[in-house]
Amino acid sequence: MDGRTMFKSWRSEVLTNRKFYLSGLVVSLFLAGVISFYASSSPDGLEKVAEDIGFIQTAKEHTNSKGTLADYGVKGIENERASVGVAGVIGVVGTAIVAGIGFRLLARKPKNSTN
Amino acid sequence: MHIPDGFIDVQTSAIFAGLAAAGVATALKGARTQLDEKTAPLAGLTAVFIFAVQMLNFPVAAGTLVGPWAATLALAVVLIMQGFLFADGGLTAIGLNVFNMGVIGVWAGYGIFLVLRKILPKNKSSISLAAAIGGLLSVPAAAIGFTIQYAMGATATFSVSTVLGAMVGTHILIGIGEAIITGLTVSAVLASRSDLVYGWKNNVQKLEIRSAN
Repeated sequence: MDGRTMFKSWRSEVLTNRKFYLSGLVVSLFLAGVISFYASSSPDGLEKVAEDIGFIQTAKEHTNSKGTLADYGVKGIENERASVGVAGVIGVVGTAIVAGIGFRLLARKPKNSTN
Repeated sequence: MHIPDGFIDVQTSAIFAGLAAAGVATALKGARTQLDEKTAPLAGLTAVFIFAVQMLNFPVAAGTLVGPWAATLALAVVLIMQGFLFADGGLTAIGLNVFNMGVIGVWAGYGIFLVLRKILPKNKSSISLAAAIGGLLSVPAAAIGFTIQYAMGATATFSVSTVLGAMVGTHILIGIGEAIITGLTVSAVLASRSDLVYGWKNNVQKLEIRSAN
């Protein structure tokens, strides 16, 4: 394979990758930023069980319950839809940064055999 | 299924914090050998996707996509972020939550996936189906994890069998949603980038040749 074809195949791989990961990111942003608003009012499974049986009162208030992003809403944004949406986008971007860097570091193989 | 502070006593939470830490340490080791430069970004994207879908109150079975070790780590990252930033899941309960969803849920789902993959015909739809059923059952499996913790150290006094019945019943229903999301996600990734899917790849090519650079 000469340099030009190598470059071409490398470039097409980068482009396919970029398209794939961008689509995944866009889907996640859409789910967390837009769709989550409609799900945020329904309780999760454990919460429902705890309410039905009656041990929900044993839950203590969360240490960070007054935090800026507590309960998937941004403190200070009045509009509920915007508040949940922005919190979702922050969560997606934050997770992308933490997990993206973390997994990349973990996957890095030592260049020489001495570990 | 994020346990808040107070449901489970401090001793039990501490035991499971230890177990979860051991699970995460093992996962770090496993993921280090399994992940490479090519699959690492998918593990990152999986964590992002788990965060997004959990905002809709669904867990996600990720073992098929990135392997069980990376899936455990992805869930641990998401659960820690949710606990600290979004006040979802108590801070003393992080060990309980990582153990239930990141260890029991991931490995139960992945185990079921492996069994089904063996039985079903060797094609992509079988992989999606096996992942979906693995996802379906991983949710009640994690719910059983909570019930064990409840039995060991609940602050409430309702009978364990009542909690077990309610937890499993409710979470089978949630598991159906989980199965649909997992099936769709796995088939979408298989259709576009099957070369990245752990549960498909290591079925097709048992041998991996590593260049010694």
